[in-house]
Amino acid sequence: MEALMQGVEGFIYPNEVELQWSVLIVLYPYITGLVAGAFILASLERVFKVEAVKPTYRLALLTALAFLLVAPLPLQLHLGHPERSLEMYLTPHTSSAMAMFGFVYLWYLMAVLVLEIWLDYRKDIVILWQESHGWKRQLYRAMALGSDDISERALEVDDKVGHFITVVGIPSAFLLHGYVGFIFGSIKANPWWSTPLMPIVFLFSAIVSGIALVMLMYQFVSWYNGRPVQMNCLDTIARYLFYAFIIDFSLEMLDLLHRVYESDESFKTLNFMVQTRLYTSQVLIQIVFGTIVPIGMLAVAQLVKLTDRARQGTYAVAGLLTLIGIFAMRWNVVIGGQLFSKSFLGYTTYKMEFATREGLLPAILLMILPFVILAVLVKLLPPWKDLEEETVPRMH
Amino acid sequence: MDEGRREFLLKTGKFLVLSAAAAGAWDAVVAGQPDRAPEAYRMSDHWWAMAIDIEKCIGCGNCVYACKRENDVPHEPEFSRTWVERYYLNPPNSEHPQVDSPDAGYFGFPEKYRDEGAKSFFVPKLCNHCAASPCVQVCPVGATFESPDGVVLVDKAYCLGCRYCVQACPYGCRFIDPRSHTVDKCSLCYHRITKGLTTACCETCPTGARMLGDLKSPSDPIHEFLRVSKVHVLKPQMATGSKVYYKGLDGSVR
Repeated sequence: MEALMQGVEGFIYPNEVELQWSVLIVLYPYITGLVAGAFILASLERVFKVEAVKPTYRLALLTALAFLLVAPLPLQLHLGHPERSLEMYLTPHTSSAMAMFGFVYLWYLMAVLVLEIWLDYRKDIVILWQESHGWKRQLYRAMALGSDDISERALEVDDKVGHFITVVGIPSAFLLHGYVGFIFGSIKANPWWSTPLMPIVFLFSAIVSGIALVMLMYQFVSWYNGRPVQMNCLDTIARYLFYAFIIDFSLEMLDLLHRVYESDESFKTLNFMVQTRLYTSQVLIQIVFGTIVPIGMLAVAQLVKLTDRARQGTYAVAGLLTLIGIFAMRWNVVIGGQLFSKSFLGYTTYKMEFATREGLLPAILLMILPFVILAVLVKLLPPWKDLEEETVPRMH
Repeated sequence: MDEGRREFLLKTGKFLVLSAAAAGAWDAVVAGQPDRAPEAYRMSDHWWAMAIDIEKCIGCGNCVYACKRENDVPHEPEFSRTWVERYYLNPPNSEHPQVDSPDAGYFGFPEKYRDEGAKSFFVPKLCNHCAASPCVQVCPVGATFESPDGVVLVDKAYCLGCRYCVQACPYGCRFIDPRSHTVDKCSLCYHRITKGLTTACCETCPTGARMLGDLKSPSDPIHEFLRVSKVHVLKPQMATGSKVYYKGLDGSVR
């Protein structure tokens, strides 16, 4: 008992000593956010005809897929009875925001992402099927669903349908992550979560993190393959990251300002929490190093004439800080929302475990897993295949 | 034995065996649907609530003890279906009450405050069996539900253990049972009240500070209690339709 009460300050209800949602639930909005953001970047090219970001189109889609496949795993690990999770599909409780997760997820995975990737890659898959041998031949044949029709007419249809799916996909991506924000924002019992801004803040932070991730992946993959980075593309992505970040930061500051100015019954408690228990993760990591610094760096890259190399370095550091900052934001929402008592009279502490089911180790593994999946996907469906046909010179 | 007689005996035998089986099956059906059983508990005839008189609570902790014993609640205080809080306000109009609940009140309260001029009282807490329960609203599979007689219950065989309901309860009434990995909370001793008994906490309260009430029963004393007392519910701004009514509730209570 005494060990448990360590880290408890003031009065909390007896049942509040234990935190309900662990680091795994921090990963859930983080990962789905990366998915939504990466997809929205991909659709810039397809729907809004931003030609400059074309080199990242397929990479962004594959990144989104790799992360989306991992997204339900932290939830599954967290459940007291994972074997019953199918009940969410079979007997969903329609008034529950969480019950809709399965449907939004499946819709997004199957109807949007997989279909869009398949249509975009269909020609490549057919060519790979015809060129490869053995088990690979069988695999590509299965992936092509047995159809080898890559006539001009067929590809035209693919493109039309693909365009339509992207158009449907954008609101779907908004839905996927706005919905994750709603799960938190609709809990009236928790003043740290309960705000109609929550879905919008989640959405824009998702766009920010997804763009930052694809920007970093593009630089990394180019370096790894010894290809030159197309600065035009990188600059454009960085510019969109900058814009999205400004909106995201404004929304978060609006939320903060609103809380400070209204100073409702929860304010003193939450304010004290931010000044003490959340100071490092909220003020330092999220706001200063995860938001203001990268926004400043991106702004400098816009305003000052830097060399290509200097810009690449700036973008890489800014992107990395952004990803850390958005992770801190998810942490502060999920964990921060459980550190104070609903009596507003006390605080508890999150004691993260290491090698347990909901500890740090599975969290780290779950963050590595999407990159492993992405490596396999990139091997299977090379995203730069059609670029080689263009006049991009190889460095070696 | 001629054919006719054999057939008659066979048919009679079959009839007797089958009707006995049917009667057995009917018992089973009735057991699952109390409303269908004659002379038994009918859910539609009841609407349960609880009345708590703060002035009468002496902080003995009998209710916490009885609840743990009756409902097989884990012993540790962080798993509490009911608990008692001690409020201490000095000065009495203080905006910052000092509150404690050692071991959820299980062993009562060791004397701590002696100051004259201060205000101190006990507040027993339990699930408010809200008529518009936020916990029921968020459950993704409907494992927690409001019964037709106004009790918020949990189907442990169905609960995923996602803990969303724990987050949604404004009163801190829910916890995860470490043995079953499913959510647990006050059931208003449903197994007792449907047999005409009162709850374990009410049964053992030495001062009658807790009183189970049936709002659909015209003769229930809760009607008189609600009529003559100034009552309040916890966190009315949450609009949960709480059915635990406190008499003498101080504004400082959260």
